[in-house]
Amino acid sequence: MVSAMSNLEIPPLPSPDAVIRAEAVSFSYDTLRVLDTVTLEVLRGEFLGLVGPNAGGKSTFLKLILGLLDPTAGRLQVLGQPPKQARHRIGYVPQHPAFARDFPITVADAVLMGRLGTRSLMLRYSPADRAAVQKALHEVEAEDIARRPIGKLSGGQLQRVLLARALVSEPELLILDEPTANIDHRIEGEIFELLAELNARMTILVVSHDIAFISGYVSRVACLNRTLVCHTTDRIDGTVITELYGERVRGILHDH
Amino acid sequence: MAEFFGALTQHSFLWQALIAGLLASVGCGLMGPFVVVKRITFLAGGIAHSVLAGMGMAVYFAFNPLLGALIAAIVAALLIGWVRLYSEAREDTTIGALWAIGMAVGILFIAETPGYASDLMSFLFGNILLVPARELLFMALLDAVLLLSLTLFYRQFVAVAFDEEFARLRGVPVSTLYLALLVMVAITVVLMIQVVGLILVIALLTLPAAIAGLWTSSLAMMMVLATLLGMLFTSGGLALSYAPDWPAGPTMIVLAGSTYFLALVAQRLWQMWQRHMSLAAQQNDHLRPGTHEPD
Repeated sequence: MVSAMSNLEIPPLPSPDAVIRAEAVSFSYDTLRVLDTVTLEVLRGEFLGLVGPNAGGKSTFLKLILGLLDPTAGRLQVLGQPPKQARHRIGYVPQHPAFARDFPITVADAVLMGRLGTRSLMLRYSPADRAAVQKALHEVEAEDIARRPIGKLSGGQLQRVLLARALVSEPELLILDEPTANIDHRIEGEIFELLAELNARMTILVVSHDIAFISGYVSRVACLNRTLVCHTTDRIDGTVITELYGERVRGILHDH
Repeated sequence: MAEFFGALTQHSFLWQALIAGLLASVGCGLMGPFVVVKRITFLAGGIAHSVLAGMGMAVYFAFNPLLGALIAAIVAALLIGWVRLYSEAREDTTIGALWAIGMAVGILFIAETPGYASDLMSFLFGNILLVPARELLFMALLDAVLLLSLTLFYRQFVAVAFDEEFARLRGVPVSTLYLALLVMVAITVVLMIQVVGLILVIALLTLPAAIAGLWTSSLAMMMVLATLLGMLFTSGGLALSYAPDWPAGPTMIVLAGSTYFLALVAQRLWQMWQRHMSLAAQQNDHLRPGTHEPD
């Protein structure tokens, strides 16, 4: 029966290197259509910048990729699986930390939570988990604050810790939602240098509204305003920005 | 105080009261930190008050009021949890409604039960001196359930308390654990009803944890410290109230409350002292020759 069916119909072979494959994905909250037939393929090893205006659907698209929402139409696969099943292979850095800053927890223990789900049946974290935390904190240059309470960090330190929490599960795909929205420009540059290094071993998708800044780091930019407006490896020029933001934005392009 | 220790050697009911206080402290020490860090004090208050419906029904239909309380508490916890997770209704409105309706239903049932009006006061404010021995066993059992659940799923519970979205992405069954957490809070409320009554429960649930939270940087340490503080407040309140013949429950709460405010003041002074010392250290650096670069 099974073999008969597979003889009848040959499924289109997905390119083996697709980390994210969105085919005509749409999403609506009630009657409000937030995403309209978005088709996008992200290949292994890419560093994709997802830009667009506020309320342009960037965060919604991320939630679809993370399996926190389901598309109302279209097909979405992440790492060759439905998003919910691929979750444990994704590292995620949210725009705002969802936790209370006065929560009694140290940096190291917060990062340990990124190891949940790797061996969910164990009652305690293993020495391997703790070693992974050390490695991740080393990678984001935050080893020295490992024992510090999470409430006593600066904005830049907190962003590094959130990044370490995402890295500690050794993800194949790293997703960051406006990772530098709340920190100053110098640290923003340091974080993107770090991402560029990480890109050597993982695919990265970073959401930003600062198209000019990220174009110096990413390998490709996708612009989202309800639907995919541009999709290019080229320099972003004025026409695209006009199309994306609806009006001419001046002085946004400066070279890096 | 001395009178209390003298009486301890003569009256076994005092020992039972002391043990009841210690058993209740374990529950509030384990669950209080979750209530405090998750900011669900109002929710816990709603569960505590709606429990009167179960106790009222229990006296009317003549079964154990604590069993009635346990059933009502768990139903209330699941209802509020369901509203928060799956319903569009406003959570705080639902809690407020459950809070008042629970009490109203309870009082109606108690009013319709002849000769039980006197029980109402001990439901509301507790009567630790009248805890029967078999109820100590019931309390120990509830403590054991809490301790076992927390030991088995400590990492997952902490993850849900800390960051629900991230926990969900790591494959933790967040909704199930959140409901379990509320049910465990409900169990704790029932544990403490005999000791301080359902109106004062919320203070004993949150104050030891809040004090502990001022000085700790892990949830486990917060639990240990909150349990010890709870034991101090229940035993201390019992001892203080004995000689002047005050009600024990309110004495415990006043003791816990004043300790909380003292702890807040102490923490504030400590922070000011530290700031003062670091400023002084900087000024010393300025004055020492050779360490200060000229502008």
